[in-house]
Amino acid sequence: MEAITLLQLIFDTLLGFTLLWLAWQALSSPDLFRAIVLFIAFGLLMALTWVRLNAPDIALAEAAIGAGLTGALLLSALARLKAKNSATIMTEQVKNKPLFWLLLTMLSLAVTSGLAFSVLTLQENSPGLSIWVLENIETSGVSNPVTAVLLNYRGYDTLLEMSVLLVALLGIWSLGGVPKRHDSFPGQILNILIPLLVPLLIMVAGYLLWAGAHAPGGAFQAGSLLGAAGILFLLVGWQFGTQFMGLPLRIMITFGLALFIAVGVALMLFGNQFLEYPSSLAGSLIFLIEAAATLSIGITLAALFLGGRPGLRRHK
Amino acid sequence: MTLLIDILTSLLLIAGAVFFLGGTIGLFRFPDVYTRLHALTKADNVGLGLMMAGLSLQADSLATVGKLLLIWLLVLLASASVAHLIAKTARQRGIEPWKQ
Amino acid sequence: MNNIYLYTLVGVGLFSLGLYALIVHAHLLRKILAINVMGSGVFLILVALANRTYGTAPDPVPHAMVITGIVVAISATALALALTLRVHTETGRVELPEESLE
Repeated sequence: MEAITLLQLIFDTLLGFTLLWLAWQALSSPDLFRAIVLFIAFGLLMALTWVRLNAPDIALAEAAIGAGLTGALLLSALARLKAKNSATIMTEQVKNKPLFWLLLTMLSLAVTSGLAFSVLTLQENSPGLSIWVLENIETSGVSNPVTAVLLNYRGYDTLLEMSVLLVALLGIWSLGGVPKRHDSFPGQILNILIPLLVPLLIMVAGYLLWAGAHAPGGAFQAGSLLGAAGILFLLVGWQFGTQFMGLPLRIMITFGLALFIAVGVALMLFGNQFLEYPSSLAGSLIFLIEAAATLSIGITLAALFLGGRPGLRRHK
Repeated sequence: MTLLIDILTSLLLIAGAVFFLGGTIGLFRFPDVYTRLHALTKADNVGLGLMMAGLSLQADSLATVGKLLLIWLLVLLASASVAHLIAKTARQRGIEPWKQ
Repeated sequence: MNNIYLYTLVGVGLFSLGLYALIVHAHLLRKILAINVMGSGVFLILVALANRTYGTAPDPVPHAMVITGIVVAISATALALALTLRVHTETGRVELPEESLE
């Protein structure tokens, strides 16, 4: 075996083993804070794995959304739960039943071996749909195949994904107002950082949005950066004006999805199918939809972090 | 010429890795929060800087070097701020610095 | 890229770890962590298998699906956390009320 292949094997084995070990530690740690921090580290290692597997778009999304924003959400929830450092609580009735553990072990073994078998017996060389994606890439309006799939070939999936974000936000809003925060003021340093970081975040988000057409990037990665900027504001304790939290907020949240649907319907009015872009307009339409989506995704992610409907006091 | 650049890149990357290793060992071996923060931020920033320097030698345009530099500066900023916040919180919770 | 199956098996392992932790733990926050780990395992399997186009670029359709999946996962996590907080507010405990198993 050549040296470089051996090195790659060693690296991949190390990475895979560390992923499994981190996940196990995160899931079995008695201290919840430690578990969440390990989970964030796990997310960052996953981002590294995506790079290793030739998926830079996913790496960007995972680092920003999977590790960063999910970690922020989990830590915020932990603080609100006034964490009683609960150890592995097992309900009393079940803990002593050996039948339960036997069934659980059998289930785990069955699932693991079944999945491993089905995965290992898949066809070796299977290009999937990439042939057709790359054949039609010129008419799709962009040159990044992942963006083409997301916004053109499977645009309907992306539309529904944005509605999933909206539905999750509506679910959270239906549960009440913003929960009371622990008012531990973080100090001057965030006040100093924000004028530096937020413009940079907005600029990089704009760049990722524009670059998504021909390089790794796109609406979701850019939107997550805007969401991060929003979360920075919320962490420092900025109170946005009440008139902003009413209609303008709702307009911005629904803007992306509304524009997407409007473009689809407008195309139908001109004789095409729903979301069937004409080749000459495809690039511009995709960029338009992505721009609106970036704004909406950013605001929605920040609103998810807020954890309740702004303007409504929670009665505790 | 390119061989020389490759050798230099490798040396810089290895030096950066050594600093990262030192920082990680410091994380394990140092006695309290403050000294560990010190080890982590100092060693990791220098280590990252050395790695960026090594990678800049391999870059194909000046714009890439600029991006690498920007990444290093942002990491410096983030790690300094986070270290400050952690140390401040530790102080507020009454964790005393380790005295000999 | 001969290490595709290595990563696929890591993905299977993550899924099983997550499933085990989901069943065993009663604390809701840990269940949410377990579901996220299961999701990461599935994504890893999808993307590792997308690399089976030997010699050319990887198949972009699973990539797009995984990006969609990551966004859906954070939406579900956010909603689950809000529900967990509500359960905690109403009952004071961070577990679901347990019916008797008799």
